[in-house]
Amino acid sequence: MSGGLPPFQRFLDGNREVVWRFLVSSVGRNEAEDCFQETFIAALRAYPRLRSDSNLRAWVLTIAHRKALDAHRGRARRALPVADPSSVPDPVEPAPAARDDELWEAVHALPARQRSAVVLRYLADLPHREIAVAIGCSEAAARRSLHEGLANLRKVVPA
Amino acid sequence: MSAEIERALSMGPSAAEEASAAAAAAAGRLTARIAASGLADVGYASVESPFGTLHAAVTSRGLVRLAFPEEHLDTMLERLAGELSPRIVEAPSLLDPLRRELEEYFAGRRRAFELPLDWALIGPFGRRVLRKTAAIPYGGHLSYAEVAAEAGSPRGARAAGNALGSNPIPIVIPCHRVLRSGGKLGGYGGGLDRKRWLLELEGALAPGR
Repeated sequence: MSGGLPPFQRFLDGNREVVWRFLVSSVGRNEAEDCFQETFIAALRAYPRLRSDSNLRAWVLTIAHRKALDAHRGRARRALPVADPSSVPDPVEPAPAARDDELWEAVHALPARQRSAVVLRYLADLPHREIAVAIGCSEAAARRSLHEGLANLRKVVPA
Repeated sequence: MSAEIERALSMGPSAAEEASAAAAAAAGRLTARIAASGLADVGYASVESPFGTLHAAVTSRGLVRLAFPEEHLDTMLERLAGELSPRIVEAPSLLDPLRRELEEYFAGRRRAFELPLDWALIGPFGRRVLRKTAAIPYGGHLSYAEVAAEAGSPRGARAAGNALGSNPIPIVIPCHRVLRSGGKLGGYGGGLDRKRWLLELEGALAPGR
């Protein structure tokens, strides 16, 4: 028995947007779709084993955070120089609107934990406690990652 | 100018502006994929009927629940999550067989349902009662006492009535075909007007009685 977990559909309805926003900001629009599907498929598989008092939003963002890391690693691999560049898909994303090019390129270039902390804080509007759960660290470490991430963005993006 | 960076961050990249619609579309593709690959334990959808919008749920075994319009969808889903599995997704395609058979039934073109049923929500006594009920032919009826006797019930007509009243798959398991001795309608979970309507459709009652 799974006592008290909401039906998966309601969990999906309630968290799809925060996960989508997190992924678009972390990996870009093109890879967000695959990461989104993989995140919720993984969540569905594990769902009945969850405790009903779990923080479902932080839990699913933990999964999304890991899928985003995988996507970044995959992109890094694809971006390695190869003998025949035409034999691999173009790793370069189509440019988003000019207004935020620079900022979001800088966000994507942050170390993984800082990137997730920044995105979870500002895009997903999560409290520090939930950011800590999602990226698997202490609350103090989450605050530090967030602080460092912002400091790095300030260096790169002249306001 | 950290405040400006923070403001820009909270707005998201331009691709996130359509987040609400894009997330809904991605979730729709996800549930279609889940339904097609059998990853969920329960699929549900709404089904139109002359009584209004019914809610139905199906497992890999078959139809497990059919609810009249008054039953709140979330109440039904929460019960299914507790009693069967929380791995429940909206999956209209999985209810296509029910939709087709109900449409034929309500049009008077179908006298027996053929889609598979899942009896998981029905206890041992309820199963005996409802299996006997399922065997009552279209256009026929039995009394509560007769169903109780056929189910081998030591508890009699009242216990059979309770089992019929908690039938999780009304219409398809035709508990409307069980009447009081002497021909009075008795009770019905979906309301007596619907019981009468179904019996008239099947020709077991004269119209307008």
